[in-house]
Amino acid sequence: MKAFMTRRKSLLVAASAALALSLSACGGGTATTNPTVAEKPTFAAGSTMEKLSSAGAIKIGTKFDQPLFGQKGLDGKPVGFDVEIGKLIAAKLGIAADKIEWVETVSANREPFIEQSRVDIVVATYTINDKRKQVVSFAGPYYEAGQALMVNKDNTSITKPEDVKGKKVCSVTGSTPAATIVEKYGAELVPAATYSACLEPLRNKQVEAITTDNVILAGFVNKEPDAFKLASDETFTKEPYGIGLKKDDTVFRNWINDQLEAFASDGSYKKAWEGTAGSVIKTAPELPELNRY
Amino acid sequence: MDVIIENLPLYWEGFLRTLFLSVVSGVIALAVGTLLAAARVSPIAALRGFSMAYVEVVRNTPLTIAFFFSAIVLPRLGVTFQQFEVAAIIALSAYTAAFVAEAVRSGVNSVPLGQAEAARSIGMKFSQVLSLIVLPQAVRSVVPPLINIMIALVKNSSVAGAFFVLELFGYGRQLANANGDQVLMVLIGVAFFYLLITVPLGIVASTVERKVAIAR
Amino acid sequence: MTSVLYDVPGPKARRISLLGSVVGIVLIAGLLGFAIYTLAQQGIFEGQRWAVFGLPDVWALIGNGIVATLSAAAVAAVIAFPLGLLLCLLRISEVAWIRVPTRVVLEFLRGMPVVLMMFFVLLVFATNPFVAVVTGLVLYNSAVFAEIIRAGIQSLPKGQREAGLTVGLTSFQSRLIIELPQAIRRMMPSLVAQLVVLLKDTSLGYIVSYEELLRKVQLMADVLGFQFLFPVFFVAAAIYIAINFSVSRLAIGIERRGSKKAAGGVAKAEPAIVEASAK
Repeated sequence: MKAFMTRRKSLLVAASAALALSLSACGGGTATTNPTVAEKPTFAAGSTMEKLSSAGAIKIGTKFDQPLFGQKGLDGKPVGFDVEIGKLIAAKLGIAADKIEWVETVSANREPFIEQSRVDIVVATYTINDKRKQVVSFAGPYYEAGQALMVNKDNTSITKPEDVKGKKVCSVTGSTPAATIVEKYGAELVPAATYSACLEPLRNKQVEAITTDNVILAGFVNKEPDAFKLASDETFTKEPYGIGLKKDDTVFRNWINDQLEAFASDGSYKKAWEGTAGSVIKTAPELPELNRY
Repeated sequence: MDVIIENLPLYWEGFLRTLFLSVVSGVIALAVGTLLAAARVSPIAALRGFSMAYVEVVRNTPLTIAFFFSAIVLPRLGVTFQQFEVAAIIALSAYTAAFVAEAVRSGVNSVPLGQAEAARSIGMKFSQVLSLIVLPQAVRSVVPPLINIMIALVKNSSVAGAFFVLELFGYGRQLANANGDQVLMVLIGVAFFYLLITVPLGIVASTVERKVAIAR
Repeated sequence: MTSVLYDVPGPKARRISLLGSVVGIVLIAGLLGFAIYTLAQQGIFEGQRWAVFGLPDVWALIGNGIVATLSAAAVAAVIAFPLGLLLCLLRISEVAWIRVPTRVVLEFLRGMPVVLMMFFVLLVFATNPFVAVVTGLVLYNSAVFAEIIRAGIQSLPKGQREAGLTVGLTSFQSRLIIELPQAIRRMMPSLVAQLVVLLKDTSLGYIVSYEELLRKVQLMADVLGFQFLFPVFFVAAAIYIAINFSVSRLAIGIERRGSKKAAGGVAKAEPAIVEASAK
């Protein structure tokens, strides 16, 4: 009985260790910050800021399955760079992190959710593009990702996107990188539910590469450096991540842009990065030039 | 409307893939399901047991998990496919076969007992009773539920989109993401192509049903 | 062990059957054993991978997932069944302008993938995921329930309805008091089977990011790391089978009790070929 107990205990210890390890390794970043909340900020009457600020609550749409940017942890709270940016903005409105309602947005429902006010803003690896600009407005970009390819460690045949022509490449169903690799580079798309689901076919060599934004791939490589590598450090697209909000709410958009600049200059932008995606990519990015339109 | 017309080739490709998955899986499921139903009434206890266990387990498993086994666990056992459609077809037909088996079994039940008794009394063997007397009569009442199972299969093939096969719903999601301003229209297009397969099937089912009802 | 399909097996046939059974069992056991061995070779059954199940957090998440799955299924079933009854009555109405449109609607609902309907509801009405999942399930399953019950009513002997009308019931009363109860009892196995389908279809809620059991498990595997994918999925599969199996058993149990009370009803159909052999 005693032997059994100790065995159980050691297993538990092993599990906790594995858990802690995987948590830190996957870089979802347990290090979440609690930015200082602005005290009684004042805004022009009738502005979105004023409404949110006086309500003392905000609904932010983000992804729950995007490692490093927005991923729901075991405790049910989302963590990641997007989440940190959301918290920073809320803090400037005088809203504490625990007053934020996180709403999961999947790729296809981001525009409808903004249009129908299910969320106030969307920070969800949301690439700014012209089609989307017709129905929503974007503040930012607050980060510029780029698409990259991940291959098996022993693969030497793929070093640039042109190499995947006619080859099987795994990506998430309906995502922008999936469309790009097919339309621009003529790969054969193998769609999966999540990026992590792509790992298994890559391991079995049923696909030759996985493609998505470089940061996410870096997370996988970081976790299993003996199995995978990035085909190249160069990225072949520019994915400016923006903050989605109601179309033509220019005052709110400009205000968020001002805040982003403030985050960059007071170092909270860098801090948000370091606690999350920075666990994989050491050099913190500069805030990209804002797209004020 | 424009978004549908512009992307008609993509819709069409997805539609064909869905149709292909459904037809191939449907044919395999019909064959395997009928065999399972026959095994269920056979004299060999192990066959009966196997058939029963298979049907019970599979009917109680979500399709997503069936896909997980065929697309992710099977390769781990050394069964790798160069075409992911194979994994999808395995999952879809293994899953659907259980439902086919149940439908055929209840069809067999709808044949009056006297039929089998009469066949037996003129000296027919088990295989003869089943293939010459019972199953042909069962077919009539089995066709409508079987068509319903096939309709379900067509729709179920949409799960393959999450497991490495790009089919109609997968293209739909891709288009929805690329055309954030017209998500609704995109989905209406997807619905249209599914209904293109399922509604005619439904109409065939009710026609056959009416014929059977009159014959009874 | 008698069947109308074949003779009571003699000693020789019994030996052959026994031999066949043994070979069959050995074959299946061998395949399973090979599968488990191969997976074990890859370290999938290592204690460390399973030890996550010693963590209370993991079980709390799985528990949440089960509750989410069951509550969506329960709410959907409770709404879909009466709605199905209503649709069925409309579908078999003697008034053409009620019957024909109902048929079109039913055909449409049956032909649409459930995932697509959930997606629609989420996007068009901007509901929360729970409502989207339940609405999708209700729309599809009420149509299927309606069709099943209709098939049950049509399988009743004509005399039932004729007798009802003869004793002065209106057409509607006859449907409601005489035919429906018998049809429901008769179609109980199909209704239960559909209930299990409904329960399983909650897993399609992933499309609207509803966190039922399967999605919970997937998200968990993502957070925990790849090496936990297999254990977590095996456990999820086992839980699903256990839940669905108990639902089927429970429903069959209730049905048996019900049909005993109503002994002699038409629902006890003619002796059947399969049942005779299965017992």
